[in-house]
Amino acid sequence: MKLQRKNRLRALSLGAVAVTGALALTACGSDDNGGGGNASGNPSTSAGAGSIKCDNAKGQLLADGSSAQKNAIDAWVKNFSQACGVQINYKGGGSGAGVTAFTQGQVAFAGSDSALKPEEVTASKSVCKGGQGIDLPMVGGPIALGYNVPGVDNLVLDAPTIAKIFDSKITKWNDPAIAALNKGAKLPDLKIQAFHRSDESGTTDNFTKYLIATTPDNWKYSGGKAWQAKGGQSAPQSAGVAQQVKQTSGAIGYFELSYVKDGLKAVSIDTGASKPVAPSSESATADIAAAQVVGTGKDLSLKLDYKTKAEGAYPITLVTYEIVCDKGNKADTLPATKAFLRYIAGEDGQKILPSIGYAPVPDEIIAKVRTTIEGLS
Amino acid sequence: MDISTKTDAPPPAPQPTVAEQKRAARGATRPGDRIFLGLSRGSGILLLAIMAAIAVFLTYRAALAISKDHANFLTTFEWNTNVLEPKFGIAVLVFGTIVSSVVAMVIAVPVAVAIALFITHYAPRRMSGPVAYVIDLLAAVPSIVYGLWGALVLVPHMNGLFGWLDDFFGWTGVFSWDQGAPRSMLTVGILLAIMILPIITNVSREVFRQVPQTHEEAALALGATRWEVVRMSVLPFGRSGVISASMLGLGRALGETMAVATVLSPSFDIQASLLNPGGGTFAQNIASKFSEANEFGRDALIASGLVLFVITLLVNGAARLIIARRAEYSGANA
Repeated sequence: MKLQRKNRLRALSLGAVAVTGALALTACGSDDNGGGGNASGNPSTSAGAGSIKCDNAKGQLLADGSSAQKNAIDAWVKNFSQACGVQINYKGGGSGAGVTAFTQGQVAFAGSDSALKPEEVTASKSVCKGGQGIDLPMVGGPIALGYNVPGVDNLVLDAPTIAKIFDSKITKWNDPAIAALNKGAKLPDLKIQAFHRSDESGTTDNFTKYLIATTPDNWKYSGGKAWQAKGGQSAPQSAGVAQQVKQTSGAIGYFELSYVKDGLKAVSIDTGASKPVAPSSESATADIAAAQVVGTGKDLSLKLDYKTKAEGAYPITLVTYEIVCDKGNKADTLPATKAFLRYIAGEDGQKILPSIGYAPVPDEIIAKVRTTIEGLS
Repeated sequence: MDISTKTDAPPPAPQPTVAEQKRAARGATRPGDRIFLGLSRGSGILLLAIMAAIAVFLTYRAALAISKDHANFLTTFEWNTNVLEPKFGIAVLVFGTIVSSVVAMVIAVPVAVAIALFITHYAPRRMSGPVAYVIDLLAAVPSIVYGLWGALVLVPHMNGLFGWLDDFFGWTGVFSWDQGAPRSMLTVGILLAIMILPIITNVSREVFRQVPQTHEEAALALGATRWEVVRMSVLPFGRSGVISASMLGLGRALGETMAVATVLSPSFDIQASLLNPGGGTFAQNIASKFSEANEFGRDALIASGLVLFVITLLVNGAARLIIARRAEYSGANA
């Protein structure tokens, strides 16, 4: 009897330890995750929810793809499902996963940071009966260079300096090349800790495309989703890079604008225009406006102008696409897909973007997107 | 043996044929035996078939990827599969995987053996139970939790140790530090050491507990101190057991994924210093590249997984050799 009581006591105390431990750990976990997702503030949820046209949209939509546009999709899905009662499940497992899921016919549409490659278009033809996969630019966004340098508030860099910093050629913040761009700033004698992504990422792809286009002499790598330069430090996901930059004195890293907060500051880029350009929704839209549509047929993939010298145009931008079939979408998901795309490409959908750190697609291009959406079948 | 005992009159004693004698020597063959034989044989064959299927699949997909690799698979310091001319190589991963595991073993094995000795031979009985229990708890913590703890608590606290190592041992090159965030192979090794500690401790403890009482009593009778007892009878007896335990730990260290991915600052180059960020391990690389990889990229990752598999096989084989050679000196495998 005595023994039993003892055992029970022991079990109880063990249980208590386990529960408190679990609580403490989960508390840590959610703290850690909080930095990534929703911290950019809630978008105005009521924005035009009444004007969404639902048509015959019903049922459930599956989608997967780019995590860079996940916050935008989440905001859109919230409004759309409130208005139409359609459930949309966007997984945000990465562009690669999204395109794979699309070419295997598992999702109604996919999100991607880069346009479909020729072999992926070929693969999509087996899913899109009589048609093929096309890219519809939906969300733009500036890739900001966030930095953590004590005493420096308005850092200005140009493409060659950025390339040298991320290629470990410039290693101190008081380097003459940086000083020349920042006259009057008190640059500390501090080691530069350049952070890149450790996972494969469309953000890395777009950032290095910018370096390759603007300063090929200083950035001799071939590009791609994987980081290629030697040296520097790395962390997984944009949230991870932002957190490391925040923690480390002398750090600089690249991530979407929405992660620039809580004491992080963003670099302004000296593009050759009269004033350095800071990343913002407007300056990104101004850059995307100069982009050319290079897709053929109904495909609207864009070629961005990284070398822009236009006033107020921020050159390091990223456009994410929604990928659908131009013909041969599945009959049971087509109405819902069309209605959702019509909403997000519409004025109400695009209007939400600046409040959550993204850039709307410029008028001329989004007009073409709208026409294309009406023609989906 | 005799199946005809139902009748009262004993039948004439049957002359067992040679075949029957053989069967009798092998054991009885009643239905239960035959079913059990079939089941166990079937399980064995099933296991072999599964292993063969896995090996064929891995090798096939790996061969597909390696044949399209535009660089040397063994010596390239790059992993870029999502481009027109994919280049990938495992040099950095082999180096990082082995270095981090060796660091972990160097730290964990002595500590684990000391804990096991303490529990079995030094601690008061009332204390040894709780200590063993706490060590067991370490094994129950999921690796992602270790990763979070490592990134948020361990890494910020490593600055002092790294500065000290750089001051006194920086001249060796292995411990020089460029003041980067301490997310390096040494930090990973320390974290892995904590993670593999419970398994090594537990197995060592069981082995030390098996030391025959008579050995220890004999040593004591000869006037040995407690340390001499441990050195002369416990450690030699448990040596092969400790080696097997270490191999189990090494297996976990080689394959650890999430904790390494969270704590390390991976990059595709080899750092001579344990303190500077960089490098990578097989499992960490697969975890961080898999989600964005296309079909081809996955094949490339499978190829790297195959190499990890081969390395693990080699390590286990080597351990078996060592244990087999020492078996005659110890009773643990008898």
